[in-house]
Amino acid sequence: MAPILEINNLYKNYGATEVLKDINVSIDKGEFLVLVGPSGCGKSTLLNCIAGLEPISGGTLRIDGHDMTHVSPKDRDIAMVFQSYALYPTMSVAKNITFGMKVRGVDPETQKSKLAEVARQLQIEPFLNRRPGQLSGGQRQRVAMGRALVRDPKLFLFDEPLSNLDAKLRVEMRTEIKTLHHKLGASMVYVTHDQIEAMTLATKIVVMKGGIIQQIGSPSEIYNRPANLFVADFMGSPAMNLIPAKTQTGSGGTMIEIQRPDLEPIRLTDPRAQGLPEDIILGLRPEDISEPGFRVGELVQEAPCKVEIVEPAGADTYVQTRLGGKPLTARLHSETEAAPGTVHNLAFDLAKVSYFEPESGKRIN
Amino acid sequence: MTDVSATPAPAATSERPRGRSFGKIALRWLLYIVLGLFALYYLMPLFVMLTTSLKSLEEIRTGDLLSLPRELTFDAWRTAWSEACTGIQCEGVKPYFWNSVMLAVPAVLISTLLGAMNGYVIAQWRFPGANIIFALMLFGCFIPFQVVLLPMARMLGLMGIAGTIPGLIFVHVIYGLGFTTLFFRNYYVTIPVELVKAAKVDGAGFVRIFFAIFLPLSIPIIVVSVIWQFTQIWNDFLFGVSFSQAGTQPVTVALNNIVNSTTGVKEYNVDMAAAIIAALPTLLVYIVAGKYFIRGLTAGSVKG
Repeated sequence: MAPILEINNLYKNYGATEVLKDINVSIDKGEFLVLVGPSGCGKSTLLNCIAGLEPISGGTLRIDGHDMTHVSPKDRDIAMVFQSYALYPTMSVAKNITFGMKVRGVDPETQKSKLAEVARQLQIEPFLNRRPGQLSGGQRQRVAMGRALVRDPKLFLFDEPLSNLDAKLRVEMRTEIKTLHHKLGASMVYVTHDQIEAMTLATKIVVMKGGIIQQIGSPSEIYNRPANLFVADFMGSPAMNLIPAKTQTGSGGTMIEIQRPDLEPIRLTDPRAQGLPEDIILGLRPEDISEPGFRVGELVQEAPCKVEIVEPAGADTYVQTRLGGKPLTARLHSETEAAPGTVHNLAFDLAKVSYFEPESGKRIN
Repeated sequence: MTDVSATPAPAATSERPRGRSFGKIALRWLLYIVLGLFALYYLMPLFVMLTTSLKSLEEIRTGDLLSLPRELTFDAWRTAWSEACTGIQCEGVKPYFWNSVMLAVPAVLISTLLGAMNGYVIAQWRFPGANIIFALMLFGCFIPFQVVLLPMARMLGLMGIAGTIPGLIFVHVIYGLGFTTLFFRNYYVTIPVELVKAAKVDGAGFVRIFFAIFLPLSIPIIVVSVIWQFTQIWNDFLFGVSFSQAGTQPVTVALNNIVNSTTGVKEYNVDMAAAIIAALPTLLVYIVAGKYFIRGLTAGSVKG
């Protein structure tokens, strides 16, 4: 079966500035693709290219096997949900939802039954006759979704649809979008700058920066095996600890040495570090640094560290120390006895470690 | 002694707010009085015009300019409307009034509609050079009427509509476009571009999006444009006198002719009545739609 969306060597220029460089992505039917990256990374431009709202400057873009390069948005069989909802202000909710069908000349009976179906699905029946201006943010978001759902398209496009909602509503709507995806089995492309949204929703994540794809993979691949320093730093909160270190190969195997200001250097052993260059950057997520005794495994190693800051966050307590000239965050349980200024034993679980080359930033293990 | 020393403190605190509010009220009254005087000053000419138009010639000659008419007579109004002489013809302002209506209504509608479309394109369908074109159109707002008289006369001649009402409509539409485009462009700039994108994905085209989505949104700015254009076009004298001929002159030109071509006794009451008739439509438009005018002019800035 042909992929529902297939992008090959896509380029996009505005005059002399290249905003998208050599983009290659494809998704199968029923996949949930999330484009994530900092603002200005080109993710929204890519979505607009998929929608046909921006022409592409090079490469090919296929939807369901058909070349879309010169096809206008209305003939691409897509539906789009926008950040600002983009509801038609002078039309009632019902008219907003049926506008697309009206333009396409769908007969009124079908329009009515589809409207009723979508309204029931999204629980917006009570406000069908209201104007968008009389609705709350969450209700408007539902109407915008309704306008997309009613089309029953091959591909759903979402452009940061939850950014205008407050935190609580955002989490609710996130779950709702996920439920909808399961229920419909629809193919979706979703743009966000929020890495948590990306992790929770996606079956496949594309991390972008400066118009270039940094990594494509499942949420767990992206999280556990980031392809470079940018992805490692961008995905996950608090961010992955990226600590400059040196490898030393001696009689006892390969040691990793991390300098620190007021204590002995930390020496960790990792048999897999053999053959790595001398200078490396060691990446370890805060949850892989814990209280001694909480993690077991061959590669768990303890070291005393000087605690600088303690941040209780309810379920966990984040503890900051300083390694290799960089602050390092460890995620300890909430009843930890670590106190600022004291030396506390931390357990480093190297099973999950990522090594990066300092110059190129590329992953090397 | 202790009693006396104890009392001043509370007295002073209760005295101060009263003093402040008295000053406030006095200031407010002063403001009203000054504003009232200004209003009176501005209304005086209208009052004189109205009373004079209701007096007989006899009374005007003998009476006081500011006094109320002793007996009301609408003769002057009838004369002004249908009998007063403009040069050799004596049909009053009536035919010219209708000329003005036939000229102003289409000119206002066409220039507003075109301005709306221009604004829509410049604000929402950005194309290379859009800013330059907008700047050039804006420039058109600042060209004095007199500068374009000769080239325009030549143009109208070449197009074969010199001296006709369609010719005058053409002139006013062209001259009004700069302003109407400015109004609509500034209004549409505040509307998120995503609205157009959503409509495009929904399958609507350029024209559909304009008529189904943008025009219904534009009531406040349409009102502004209509009032502005109607006032400009109805009150215009220079284009009217330059590009018309006998039979196609607008009411402003006719009014001038009535006032200037009287033989024998100057009929002040007829002149005044004719002037009021000529000014009534713009007054009416402003009274009916005036509150939308202010609202529309500030709409863009409030929306955010």
